[in-house]
Amino acid sequence: MTRKFYINTALLILTILAPFIFPVWKTQLATLWLFIIVALTWDMTGGQMGYNSLGNIFFYGTGMYVCAIIAIGMYFPFGEWTDASRSETWKFTDSQYFTGLILGSLGAGVFCALCAYILGGLFFGLRGPYFAIGTLGLAIATGEIVSNIDWLGGGQGVSMPIYNGDFETFKNIIYYLFAGLGVSLFIFLNWFYKTRFGAAINAIRDDEEKAEAMGIHTLRYKLITWSISAFFIGVAGAISAFQLIHFEPLETAYQTINLGIFMVVCVLLGGKGTLWGPVIGAFMFHVFKEVTWNYFLGWQWVALGALIVVIVVFFQDGLMGYLQTRFPEWFGIKVVDKDEKEIIAEPAE
Amino acid sequence: MSSIIEIAGVSKSFGGVKANTDISLTVEEGGITGLIGPNGSGKTTLFNSIVGYHPIDGGSIKFEGQEISKLLVPEIARLGLLRTFQQTRIYSAMNCMENMLISIPHRKLTLRDAFRKNTVEDNEKAEHLLEFVGLSEKRFLRAGSLSFGQQKLLEFAMALMNEPTVLLLDEPTAGINPTLINGLIDRLLRANSEFGITLFIIEHNMRVIMNMAEEIYCLAHGELLASGSPAEIQNDQRVVDAYLGAH
Amino acid sequence: MDEILFNIRLLLDFPIVNLKIIIDGIMIGALFALAAYGLALVWGVMNVKNLAQGDFVIAGGYVAYSLNQVGIYPLLGVPLAFVIMWGIGWVIYKTIITRVIERDLFTSLLATFGLAIMMAQIMNLIFGSDTQSVDLGLPTWFLGPSGIIDLPAAKVIGVAMATVLAIAVVIFMKHSRMGQAIRATAQDSRAARVMGIDTEKVYAFTFSLNAAICGAAGAIIVMIWVIQPFYGITYSVRAFVVVTAAGIGNLPGVIAAGLGIGAAEQYGGHIFGIGYQQAIAVVLLLIVLFVRLMQQRRIRQVLK
Repeated sequence: MTRKFYINTALLILTILAPFIFPVWKTQLATLWLFIIVALTWDMTGGQMGYNSLGNIFFYGTGMYVCAIIAIGMYFPFGEWTDASRSETWKFTDSQYFTGLILGSLGAGVFCALCAYILGGLFFGLRGPYFAIGTLGLAIATGEIVSNIDWLGGGQGVSMPIYNGDFETFKNIIYYLFAGLGVSLFIFLNWFYKTRFGAAINAIRDDEEKAEAMGIHTLRYKLITWSISAFFIGVAGAISAFQLIHFEPLETAYQTINLGIFMVVCVLLGGKGTLWGPVIGAFMFHVFKEVTWNYFLGWQWVALGALIVVIVVFFQDGLMGYLQTRFPEWFGIKVVDKDEKEIIAEPAE
Repeated sequence: MSSIIEIAGVSKSFGGVKANTDISLTVEEGGITGLIGPNGSGKTTLFNSIVGYHPIDGGSIKFEGQEISKLLVPEIARLGLLRTFQQTRIYSAMNCMENMLISIPHRKLTLRDAFRKNTVEDNEKAEHLLEFVGLSEKRFLRAGSLSFGQQKLLEFAMALMNEPTVLLLDEPTAGINPTLINGLIDRLLRANSEFGITLFIIEHNMRVIMNMAEEIYCLAHGELLASGSPAEIQNDQRVVDAYLGAH
Repeated sequence: MDEILFNIRLLLDFPIVNLKIIIDGIMIGALFALAAYGLALVWGVMNVKNLAQGDFVIAGGYVAYSLNQVGIYPLLGVPLAFVIMWGIGWVIYKTIITRVIERDLFTSLLATFGLAIMMAQIMNLIFGSDTQSVDLGLPTWFLGPSGIIDLPAAKVIGVAMATVLAIAVVIFMKHSRMGQAIRATAQDSRAARVMGIDTEKVYAFTFSLNAAICGAAGAIIVMIWVIQPFYGITYSVRAFVVVTAAGIGNLPGVIAAGLGIGAAEQYGGHIFGIGYQQAIAVVLLLIVLFVRLMQQRRIRQVLK
């Protein structure tokens, strides 16, 4: 208990001091937190509830757009802002910038949670591969449709307001937003998975028919879990929108095969259905990505595809899953009946 | 005593095969009702119709006076009508205690309750029920590593944990070590008398069902063949013929 | 919005335009049906949901394209793409697919998704991201009043070749020993094993055959349309739409759904504008999924 407390405190202090210890890596660290957030949220449905979504990126992209509409729309007409031919330049004051950032992020989160709740009513009738393909379809279709709507900036995307202060402060702000969101998500999940609710979604994962037959409110629990997950992805998308300053519908917002598949890979690397798995997996994947993106010049995407295939085929339980089967006693799992073993052992003596 | 399940004229066919034809029966509240019949006579089909696994072709199924033949499985389960499976279904990756704690009656929880951790009482109740079925020593073992008979007992304990009004048991003694059967009969009777759970049981073991049930229905070829007290059923020539294949 | 209304009015005022759209849709739909048939085969026989299906189609197209670049007559590209994609399919089966059969469904889905990313990116590195096509140098006929319906000879030949291929595959499945073994395995792989069928061989054959069918479809598509390394996912989605709508092992259904979806896409493209073409394919998937879901719900079931 105390050792755990010291480790957690040390990690928290490291999180807070990181941008000052590694000032050059601020942006990478912010991205690492983004990966941790999307991996943890993906694991809520994929790992803990057994619903493998390939389209959670839908909430990321939607979060970006909703945030932009709120943050910009509060002070300027949004349609004119996104009009490529506009000549005048509008600038945000500091107070406008920060109110936009905060209200935009919260609005994005709430909107995405609502989307998940409504869409879930339809999508949770789909099981297994149909759910995966259906959600993938949702993300692709939304991206394609958004890129055709002029009011939303069409294929060009949207330019976000620019922070007036210096660039290093801006990077710090973004880092702490991501880190704060990630830490609160982690603390939330640490509690959430221990509640009856958490046990119920595990039951849905292990045998949904049995869970239904036992009278668990399966649909309600699924909807709430997906909504919470969508809330955090939506806020992460909103922060990303401010971080990137400019985003496009297909390449950035609804980036189905980039971040949309990264989150799945992170979780699989670290271990599905565990609390620390997605965090460790996000770290491992971030390192892998930095290495391949820097040294494989053009072949990085092929390496990513190969990585997915290799993980799925050979290493599907991830690091935590591997440790759990190798050293079950670390996790308090009892597989063999010790008493029976002793009885068998006795005559041999 | 009033009837808690009323089945009137239920028919169900799969393709051309008539699994149930015009079956009517009632289950008395607070009692133990038996359902017997040779293999393939449509017993499990009738159970599946009651709990909503498939649509029925005709007839009506009422639970506590409410029509349930159009409801979905979870909706019916939430009314307090629970079933166990012929091939047991448990969460095999979890240990027995976790299996029990997942089975707390979620239908009685508000959303706020669901967002709480399990209480000390929940834990005590789970341990008590595991002791009741004789699995106390194995409570921290993975459920999947238990023997088939033990899994059956665990499933039964999980059902009790759920505090159902009516429990439908599909062959509770099949696959259980014969030396344990007397103990199981005793526990089923106590579940009925102490916890007040109405039982509706499919059973092949005549000794078991004749000792427990107050009312027995016999199916053959998807039709209701006979009904009555155990003594009446035992002396019914049609039932004997059905089992001996004289039909 | 005005544009959409205008396009709909055009269809009502000039019924002949409908005919043109339907002919176009059926021609392209025949190729969707071909790729979907391959997907249904693999799905039914070894329960693998192949998300790289569309990338096989595109790969076949690039095989034909490269052969044409080195001076081989385009029409010969179709059988050659069939043979070469057969080999590629066999290699992929032996390295990846054989290890994911009989694992849970998400495994095969994700493994083939990784494969799809890999294939698309490799093609992108080799051929670049520009759209490519092969010109047969054949005439285009104009039919109807004032020649409103354009009918390129290449398209007619392409559809004819697709039909011949489909008929050949069906005859093969019905009458050859291997075809019977495939159908037996699809019905019950354990029983097939007990009866002495080497299911591993059947799986390898089925997967290679699927890759070959897709390859041939791609070689036809490159003659009458354009291909691009990242178009694969849309073809995968279309194949899934067709199979979800028709069900596995329902050949007339697959053909009907393929042609129907071809026509629906052409109509959608006409009404909403060409920019929505990709979106329409995916929205059709969502529509089909939910129609099936409602049907299942009526029998108290879910779609799994």
